[in-house]
Amino acid sequence: MRKHILLTLALALTFGFKASAQSFLENSQVNGSFQTDAQYYMLDNGIGIDNLYGKQLGLNGFGKVGYSNGNFSAGIRFEAFLPELNGFRQELNGVGLANFYATYDNGFVGVTVGDIYDQFGNGLVFRTYEEWSLGMDNALRGVRTIVRPIQGVTLKGVYGRQRYFWAPYNEREFATDDYRGIVRGVDGEWDLNQSIPAMNESEFKMTLGGSFVSKKQYDQSLFYYIPENVGAAAGRVNMSYGRFAFSTEYAYKINDPSAINNFIYKEGQALMSSLSYSQKGLGVVLQVKRTDNMSFKSQYTALQNDLDINFIPPINYTHTHSLPSMYTYSTQPNGEMAAQFQVNYTIPKGTVLGGKYGTKLSLNMSQVNDIVRDSIMDHGQMVINKKGTLGYASDFFAVSDHRFFRDINFEIDKKISKDWHVTAQYINLYYDIETIEGHAGAPPVQANIGFLDVTYKINKRQSLRFELQGLWEREVKKGYVYDESEKKDYQKRGDWAFGLLEYSITPHWSISIADKWNYGNPVPEFRDHYFTGTVTYIHEATRIMLSGGRQSEGVVCVGGVCRTVPASSGVSLTVSTSF
Amino acid sequence: MAAVLFAFGLQAQQKSDLPNVTLKDLNGKDVNVSSLFANNKRGATQNGPVVLTFWATWCGPCIKEHNALDEVYADWQNETGVKIYAVSIDDSRTTAKVKPFVEGKGWDFEVLLDVNGDLKRAMNVNNPPHTFLFDGKGKMVYQHTGYWDGAEDELYEEILKLK
Repeated sequence: MRKHILLTLALALTFGFKASAQSFLENSQVNGSFQTDAQYYMLDNGIGIDNLYGKQLGLNGFGKVGYSNGNFSAGIRFEAFLPELNGFRQELNGVGLANFYATYDNGFVGVTVGDIYDQFGNGLVFRTYEEWSLGMDNALRGVRTIVRPIQGVTLKGVYGRQRYFWAPYNEREFATDDYRGIVRGVDGEWDLNQSIPAMNESEFKMTLGGSFVSKKQYDQSLFYYIPENVGAAAGRVNMSYGRFAFSTEYAYKINDPSAINNFIYKEGQALMSSLSYSQKGLGVVLQVKRTDNMSFKSQYTALQNDLDINFIPPINYTHTHSLPSMYTYSTQPNGEMAAQFQVNYTIPKGTVLGGKYGTKLSLNMSQVNDIVRDSIMDHGQMVINKKGTLGYASDFFAVSDHRFFRDINFEIDKKISKDWHVTAQYINLYYDIETIEGHAGAPPVQANIGFLDVTYKINKRQSLRFELQGLWEREVKKGYVYDESEKKDYQKRGDWAFGLLEYSITPHWSISIADKWNYGNPVPEFRDHYFTGTVTYIHEATRIMLSGGRQSEGVVCVGGVCRTVPASSGVSLTVSTSF
Repeated sequence: MAAVLFAFGLQAQQKSDLPNVTLKDLNGKDVNVSSLFANNKRGATQNGPVVLTFWATWCGPCIKEHNALDEVYADWQNETGVKIYAVSIDDSRTTAKVKPFVEGKGWDFEVLLDVNGDLKRAMNVNNPPHTFLFDGKGKMVYQHTGYWDGAEDELYEEILKLK
């Protein structure tokens, strides 16, 4: 018997050791992905490109490799912008190791060193992320620690300095070009249902969370006293009962004069709430948001989306078709009042309206207005938004008459038969182009937009898809004679038509041609065709896309952050793969 | 003794290609994706294949793919025991909409939320839709990016190969 035990033990030890050595090798995984976007630019007088300014070719590329083994993972990302594609920031020009990290996480404690992507709650006080298609990356290089002391409780701490294109991360306090601050933050989240046994199976669910983030920046200003420590805090509640869910988050930031808010010393506030109801076949959600002076950057002179510590989510509908997404809203950092209502409903299969496959309907309404700003007393004078003052007073619940954006849309998605599928949408749009894109004096875009997207399945492998889209603008002074200086405001304005035909052979090939035509532009010389042809080849996780033609001037938005793309003409190639 | 040996042997084999990342399901419950295959106490081998599709409420082709998958899902489950997890990469601007969206569309598969993009990064998903197929042991056997009509048939052929 004893012999048996010993033998078993010896065998167990041997195999145990072998198993762990084996598992160390076997469980280690290497993965990675690569993408290259290149474009060859050509002159095209037809759309006003008469000079390439020495840039014949643009190339954005990245490659990343990750390693993981059980609780350990690490990775690097290499980037190249040689030079950057048109529409990307010139500061990206260069090649190098942009990102690296190593993480150990055993479920109780997790530590990451290197470049960190994370967010607290909705991101109102902290969110670092990377969006390749925008050339945007605000990763925090430093340390993150996560502790999960008991089931349902997560505590996080982050500390570091943010990425600013290729600027070095070492501290250069008095250098004029780079004096980014240090960002540090803590967040706690408590899921009551996971940590309180009596609530484990409860229909009522609740999660509480809170965070505090501060930046330490250097006052380099000759005119203002810039606070060197700026703190922001947020608290959040998520709850649900059966089919209902409610969540809200409130954030507050102390005075933080910056180039974005015109160097005012007002505090910042943000509130975001949503209420939803869901049952099989029906989903309804209402969201409201108020933000006031909540731009939060790790350097007070930073502009655009540079060095953003937080993220103010826009709560409008994200369109995916060409003309509907031409005028996409981007968050106004200095304040907005926004609301959104959305219903998704599926008319069941087997009913008169539902037919054999059911019919999917969706309705979305969203609107964004400015907040109300009242003048304040400063040194015996009534001022509003004056540099160096407290800025303005604002009634929390007041909505300004100044409307930035409104989108009311209705979509129907219907599989008609085994071979035919139709999606159609109508959109009524209001877009304050003067505020959102900074076209001073340009009248707002008020448009009706519609599209029809039809797919016909020829057989098991082949399908044909076509899209017809139209955008009809109201109130653009047609036939008006513009002087030269005013003309540029009318680029891309007026009525548009769009057609696309795509033939695909799944799983590898797709060929498409499309034409976008600004036929109703008030300026006759802008009534251009933007013709493109695209061939795509996909093999498993590899995608190769070659396209040629014209690209209209526009805005590319991902996640509410946008970049403008200049008009261009030429050939572009995208190769993307992962393993 | 055989049981001991078996246990160790099995341990060395329990290799899942899914990373150690925790996501939330639509009810807010934590789900560690590396444990998707460990649900079964009798050993991972008894699990059926798993399809993981990355999507977002703002991704047109993804919605088409899911509508198509939803139509055949019941049949696929009966025939192969496959389980589909749709991983939403919606960020904070649209997370509150995911549940009403999924319910409103009437989809039957499990939906997981990757709000911070952790799984997306760990699995090197550049653009949605991106679909992965794992066999019952958690080994990745097929992946595909993009969606055109009929791609679900191709996926099903791959699932059938696992039988």
